[in-house]
Amino acid sequence: MEQKEMIRIRNLNKSYGDLHVLKDIDMKVLDSDVVCLIGPSGSGKSTLLRCLNYLEKKDSGQILIEGTEVKPGTHDINEIRAKVGMVFQHFHLFPHMTVLENVIEAPTHVKKVPKAQAIEEAKALLAKVGLSDKADVYPSKLSGGQKQRVAIARALAMKPDILLFDEPTSALDPELVGEVLTTMKELALEGMTMVVVTHEMSFARDVGDWIVFMHDGRVVESGPPKDFFTNPKEERTKEFLQTTIF
Amino acid sequence: MPSFSHFFDTLFSSSDVFIRAMLLTLELTVVSIIVGIVIGLLFALLKISNIKILAWISDAYVFLVRGTPLIVQIFILYFGISNLFLLPDFWAASLALAFHNGAYISEILRGTIQSIDKGQMEAGRSLGMSNSLTLRRIILPQAFRRALPPLGNQFIIGLKDSSLAAFISMNELFNVATTLGSNNFDEMTYLLIVAVYYLILVAFLTIVVNLFEKKLSISDR
Repeated sequence: MEQKEMIRIRNLNKSYGDLHVLKDIDMKVLDSDVVCLIGPSGSGKSTLLRCLNYLEKKDSGQILIEGTEVKPGTHDINEIRAKVGMVFQHFHLFPHMTVLENVIEAPTHVKKVPKAQAIEEAKALLAKVGLSDKADVYPSKLSGGQKQRVAIARALAMKPDILLFDEPTSALDPELVGEVLTTMKELALEGMTMVVVTHEMSFARDVGDWIVFMHDGRVVESGPPKDFFTNPKEERTKEFLQTTIF
Repeated sequence: MPSFSHFFDTLFSSSDVFIRAMLLTLELTVVSIIVGIVIGLLFALLKISNIKILAWISDAYVFLVRGTPLIVQIFILYFGISNLFLLPDFWAASLALAFHNGAYISEILRGTIQSIDKGQMEAGRSLGMSNSLTLRRIILPQAFRRALPPLGNQFIIGLKDSSLAAFISMNELFNVATTLGSNNFDEMTYLLIVAVYYLILVAFLTIVVNLFEKKLSISDR
């Protein structure tokens, strides 16, 4: 069966002043695929991800989300953002709200979902990420791994078609990484379309459907994980993989 | 110096007048703080907006208020406003104080709004919330909480500054104290008495602010 194109990027360029951080990026993400963006720090992975959610403005090129190009003015960017969820490295939970309030905030205020229904859905999501017992707790009480799972539940509450992850485990203590990756694996198995910026190579290898290796603002190499990890073509990729721990 | 018994006798015998004056001081303070918060929030938002001219307006306001004595502002507003509209004295005094407090409150709020991690705005936006919705639901509640200690301080300053309304013939605490003092040729006793009333009000305001702080800090525990 032909998979639907969820994201299509053509010739994307982005600079900060003199610093050219994204150079002619071409990329596509198919429905239900998990695309892992890997590469050394400063290679532009996070910037690329943030462009997909319009948290960064592109300079030139095209970004098509589910076949439509989004232009400020003709499209409501908030609507697109509700379709494309984002999970941040540093969680960014709302500290003045309980876990449950964090999860129902956007559905009740953006989509105007009735509160009772939003609470019911939120509880189901919290159960899914294994945090049913934390619904009435404030974020300051949670461990990093728990915070990140709440952040995932909060993003899922908007029922996005695509979920973006910006180094979701990089700020976690090593022993907490596993629980977040497990939650992400479950989502992948359910068919969620995901774009993940990560340094977790074993996750990329085991869960990724497609690997995109970036270096110095360019996509150097991309392919399915089997080929990418066992038989990299580019010299730069080989170097990177040699210095990387699985 | 007046004797202790004389002080307490006068304190009790004058309590009716002073309690009425204290209520007026409290009203002036509460109104000027509430209106001051509204003005302060407005100018804080102007200051952080992306539109330069709005930020300049906010700068100009803060500069004018901080750069001139409160008593001058009160006189200008009192004679100015009263000339333009028929404004009751109470409102002339309250608005003058609010205008003054608003500048300081706007600086406090601007600082705390800007101190909120920009990830909070990004998180709200990434969930499809608009800029203003995120500001209202996510940023401002946190900014107000962080602003509470300096705001409490400003409230106490505002309370004491309300004594300047005496000069536009408001019968608040300070005016009553000086009037009674000179009528009875006993200034010192009445000044000591009025100090007691101010201390009571400040203590009351401190307790209220502390209660708020405690209530709002629930999420930290």
